[in-house]
Amino acid sequence: MVLRKNKDKDVEIPSASLADIVFLLLIFFLVTTSIDTQKGLDLVLPPPGDTEIKIPKKNITNLFINAAGQAMIDNQVIDVREISGIVKEKLYENPLLIVSLKTHKDSDYNVYVKVLDQLKKADAKRISIANPEE
Amino acid sequence: MEFKKKNKIKLAIPTASMPDIIFMLLIFFMVATVIRQYSGLQVKLPEAVKIQKLDVSNRHVSTIWVDKENNVVLDDVTVKNVKNLRNLAYQKRSVDPQLVISLKADKLARMKIINEVQQELRKASALRINYSAIPGE
Repeated sequence: MVLRKNKDKDVEIPSASLADIVFLLLIFFLVTTSIDTQKGLDLVLPPPGDTEIKIPKKNITNLFINAAGQAMIDNQVIDVREISGIVKEKLYENPLLIVSLKTHKDSDYNVYVKVLDQLKKADAKRISIANPEE
Repeated sequence: MEFKKKNKIKLAIPTASMPDIIFMLLIFFMVATVIRQYSGLQVKLPEAVKIQKLDVSNRHVSTIWVDKENNVVLDDVTVKNVKNLRNLAYQKRSVDPQLVISLKADKLARMKIINEVQQELRKASALRINYSAIPGE
């Protein structure tokens, strides 16, 4: 029988090129992986609904940003870069302080991020985002 | 000379375990690769100092792009009306409770649109957001 002869043959998958194939796959995944981690400023938004929480007035500092990118804290116009120092002092006097941040609808996002950055620098954990003024 | 003798020792790095090492690397990169990546919108991110890494893996992050022409894109969906964002974000939020929204907004974007996005996210209970920024100043 002719068929019998075939059974005696050693059947083997060649594994010499295995390393090459794995190398190829490795290079493919190396190239497609982007390790760039997302970085930014974390913030937790207030929960939905207009739940009014009674906060004593002395625990709130109002921070406004107008359309021209100027900041005003407690009715005093200041430079954006000064915010961290001022807020830090205020937090030292009153650790329960909440910073209420209000922005004009035409102000730039850039200024908003800068202000948030300043607040983070001052270690202000309690930041409230007020509804924008129309 | 005693030094001559030492030169005759054959030096060879063992290569037998090389495929194993490559396999390990391969598996690492396979696991680390996230294939879905959305092109989003062209934005110039603002600069900030106190930035921190997102503490969740990429799988739990949804990205919202806002460019200076007030276009809004959530992952791969263009949001025509910001009001629709609530439903989209709510669906994503219900699928993945660990969801973090990464907000990639252009630095020249108006706060009007940013505030609208934030209000919609609040209504969708997607409360954890991260303002994407690049290190600077």
